[in-house]
Amino acid sequence: MHNSTAKHTLTEVEAMPSKKMFDRFKKHFMRDYQLYLMLLPTLVFFIIFEYLPMYGIQLAFKKYSAMKGIWGSPWNGLDNFRRFFNSYAFWRVIKNTLGISIYQLFISFPLPIILALLLNQVRSKRFKKVVQTVTYAPHFISTVVLVGMLHIFLSPRSGIINHAIKAMSGNTIFFLGEASWFKTIFVFSGVWQNCGWGAIVYLAALTAVDTDLYSSAYVDGCNRFQIIRHVDIPSILPTAVIMFILNAGKMMRVGFQKVYLLQNDLNLSTSEVISTYVYKIGLIDGQFSYSTAVNLFNTIINIILLVTANKLAKKVTDTSLW
Amino acid sequence: MRKSENKIKSRGIDLVFDISVYVILTGVLFIILYPLYLILIASISEPNAVYAGEVRFLPIGFTLLGYQKIFQEGKIWIGYRNTIIYTVLGTTLNVLLTMMAAYPLSRKSFKPRTQIMVFFLVTMYIGGGLIPTYLLLSELKLVNNPLVMIVTGAVTVWNLIITRTYYQSTIPEELYEAAAMDGGSHFHFFLKVALPLSKAIVAVNVLYYGVGHWNEFFTALIYLRNPNYYPLQLVIRSILIQNTVNPDELKDLSILSEDYQKVVELMKFSTIIVSSFPVLMLYPFLQKYFVAGVTVGAIKG
Repeated sequence: MHNSTAKHTLTEVEAMPSKKMFDRFKKHFMRDYQLYLMLLPTLVFFIIFEYLPMYGIQLAFKKYSAMKGIWGSPWNGLDNFRRFFNSYAFWRVIKNTLGISIYQLFISFPLPIILALLLNQVRSKRFKKVVQTVTYAPHFISTVVLVGMLHIFLSPRSGIINHAIKAMSGNTIFFLGEASWFKTIFVFSGVWQNCGWGAIVYLAALTAVDTDLYSSAYVDGCNRFQIIRHVDIPSILPTAVIMFILNAGKMMRVGFQKVYLLQNDLNLSTSEVISTYVYKIGLIDGQFSYSTAVNLFNTIINIILLVTANKLAKKVTDTSLW
Repeated sequence: MRKSENKIKSRGIDLVFDISVYVILTGVLFIILYPLYLILIASISEPNAVYAGEVRFLPIGFTLLGYQKIFQEGKIWIGYRNTIIYTVLGTTLNVLLTMMAAYPLSRKSFKPRTQIMVFFLVTMYIGGGLIPTYLLLSELKLVNNPLVMIVTGAVTVWNLIITRTYYQSTIPEELYEAAAMDGGSHFHFFLKVALPLSKAIVAVNVLYYGVGHWNEFFTALIYLRNPNYYPLQLVIRSILIQNTVNPDELKDLSILSEDYQKVVELMKFSTIIVSSFPVLMLYPFLQKYFVAGVTVGAIKG
């Protein structure tokens, strides 16, 4: 209102276009400023909690002193990295991290695909629904409870599995205390928890398959096995490739929580992975710079793995993340 | 002729195939359900029978001793209270921010949206890492401060993506254009049109964030020192895991009377039931929203 009265001094001819432009600008600005405002709190959160900590990465090249703070601490070049490469822990954590990841990739990656293909063959809607509801459920159980359940069932004295083994062989196995069992327990408890959930993506891809393909395959005399091979599998392949890339990119990122909770002094030789090592040397032992360096090394490897997997997928199948 | 013979043969194979599918999936059902069922029946059975491995398919005896002990345990109620507070406040903040931030990112007319999305996506792969984040949060006075359970991870990129995708597919640009013609602002449109059309995605967000807070363990382990601030997961860890796995503590336990040990075992079952109860009870009713979240995300992929 105020603006329009001020503009009365201008002649009508001059006023019209500039007023229009001003209005248009004002309207656009009003719209966009609201959009920015809606984004603002989230942007602030990301800047504070995700981007600000990045300035601390310089610690990887410094010798941290609490007195001097991050900026004031003296540089020491690549000393922290050298120390990691030369430490006895280096090969151990690399071997364990990769070992668990590869084991996991071979078991946990194909099983959801198989489950989805089988579920897709079920004609009874009710049975399908029951299987889905049940297999998704463990996904929502917390890691602490999952590990607690493993302790209960694998206990050498009271666990149901050892009772069964004892009945058959007379011996018991201290699963959680034996280093050789760690990877298997880790991977298969993960399958129990997440196989059903992992199948959802593939089931969604399978519902998108053109039903004409099924009926023409049926008319051609294909049996169910052949239909799966020639119709179902090709149609979920792009999804599988994407999931594979995402998994490969996580090779060196074995989740902290479950490993940490399953760890004890007896299985440490196979259960120490990069993330738990970073936690222990950093927060428990207080070697801030060294821990930051190990973590940075891990991040770099992760990015290389992701980019490589993506390139490979692009070359082989034409499907990629970017 | 050959073809029809083949057909008959292949239909025979199909029958075998069908049966195998049902057998395998029934096996899968058993593998998933049995451990959960066993925990449930063991939690109300005689401790001696459970300890001896006699409880397999039906409860033996009946006792609520495990639950009684849990209810007497003050720690678990503090954990329960804290987790409820963290979950309610945290989820409210998460959902509010996500719904607001995803909206501009879904508008094609909003030019910087791609750059801003990249700004968020980068954090999925690159971050300061444990120590730099810890140092920052300690400067912000968030170490040993219950607020840390609410404000860290306020928005996850994954939820942002599925919410944005949802807006894109359900709230067409034209709808806004029409509203803008009548002089409506983005705020107005968001509150009066976009949000009321987005109940399903609000539900997905509430559930994902809610379950995340309920099961949160890592943040508490790193940043909380005062047991009065501990969430449920940290409390139940000491009951479920710490007293069995630590070999030193194992020795201590064996000194104690055998009955005590059996009650401790029994308490583990009731702890699992009590702590997982809210999520597992709600889950079947909310399942479609959980699944919707995954499939909406998959469309984008």
